[in-house]
Amino acid sequence: MAFHKINVSVNGVMEEVVVPSNMTLMRMLRESLALTGTKNGCSAGECGACTVLINGEPVNSCMLLAVECDGAEITTVEGLAHDKQLDPIQEAIIQEGGVQCGFCTPGILISARALLDRNPDPSEDDIREALVGNLCRCTGYVRIVESVKAAARMLAVTS
Amino acid sequence: MSINPHPTLPEFDYIKPKTIDEACKFLTEHKGEARPLLGGTDIFVRMRDGVWKDKYLVDVKHLDGMNDIKFDPATGLIIGSAVNMNRVIAFQAVKENYQVLAEAAYSCASYQLRTRATIVGNICNASPAGDTIGACLLLGGILNVQGVNGARREPLSSFFLGPGETGLKPGDIVSSIQFPVPPRGMQGKYIKHGRNNLSDLSIVGVTVVGTPDSGVLSGYRIRLALASVAPVPLVVDQVESILSGKAINEEIIAEAASVAMAACNPIDDVRGSARYRKLMVKNLSFKAITAVWDELRK
Repeated sequence: MAFHKINVSVNGVMEEVVVPSNMTLMRMLRESLALTGTKNGCSAGECGACTVLINGEPVNSCMLLAVECDGAEITTVEGLAHDKQLDPIQEAIIQEGGVQCGFCTPGILISARALLDRNPDPSEDDIREALVGNLCRCTGYVRIVESVKAAARMLAVTS
Repeated sequence: MSINPHPTLPEFDYIKPKTIDEACKFLTEHKGEARPLLGGTDIFVRMRDGVWKDKYLVDVKHLDGMNDIKFDPATGLIIGSAVNMNRVIAFQAVKENYQVLAEAAYSCASYQLRTRATIVGNICNASPAGDTIGACLLLGGILNVQGVNGARREPLSSFFLGPGETGLKPGDIVSSIQFPVPPRGMQGKYIKHGRNNLSDLSIVGVTVVGTPDSGVLSGYRIRLALASVAPVPLVVDQVESILSGKAINEEIIAEAASVAMAACNPIDDVRGSARYRKLMVKNLSFKAITAVWDELRK
């Protein structure tokens, strides 16, 4: 199997990684870069636990190859906080109790962050639609939706 | 088939050709063991499940024109094969002129999957359940295909041969799909019936597109396509003739919906029984035709 040398920016840090053809971005993050915040739930694009941002857009990192990311900017859950300050969506999910077992949380945070970037004042329907690809098996959806609303309110105050 | 809860992808080589000709040549030389790669949302699932065992995936997303989406009021819409569904949904000219295509794309999976999923991929995958295929068929979609013997155009109306089977030959690469300028006053509706409100595959999908047409007795040309209820995406031509032959009323719409039910040939599967699907085709066809007719009369 062929190997490829790629250059990617991960959470603002340039990384040079050698990846086999069949390595997904999820595996590269978890196994080559030890960024285990990105979770492997279903490996089929269904559960959203592996959601990361590529050039600002959320994707299931189990559904694309690492080699396809050459030159891309990737943000994982580890990259949401800046200067020891949590992102408002992280603050909000703690404040609203939107975390139970926590396995889906990294994907939820990324999807919610992407939603707030494209729509700073989402309705409840907008939030539910944006999170439809993020399954929470603890079924804590009400608090998760409340967390996104709270984050939108925090952003409105600070902006 | 045994189920591995955390399958990794089997071994293959990722190929990134520089030109579409190079890609066609590679695919032809490796017939049966190479496949063009767009978003991969179907390919990776099948490869993990061991259903597809390709030795090579040939990435074609970066090739010329593949990432372009353009609308020209004189010639219509052209969507490059690598343009993802979120881009199609957000494209202003699609919202304004081909709204049913945006509606159908929006019903596919989740936002993060639509960052990868493409309209052309949905078509080439040729699943009878493909959500955007009905809209593409009724909007008169034509595929621009590059093969080893040069370029050709494949109208969608004769493209689908069976589940996963199309008019594409080894070495063929679809570079884009294009649509003619829609007739003035066109209205469309996609009703997807899944196991939940959003994101699931369809149990039944009904697409209806209608246009005012003074050339027919009813004054409207209304066409209907069905998903998930036949081996191929199904356009029921009889619906169009019933709805154009005389003045449309509830009774005529009910007749057209019954004809749609009779025309489909669903199977029992994990998402629903054949009998249930048939009944839902009738109910949802009635609903979708009525919705389009209401819009047309406004």
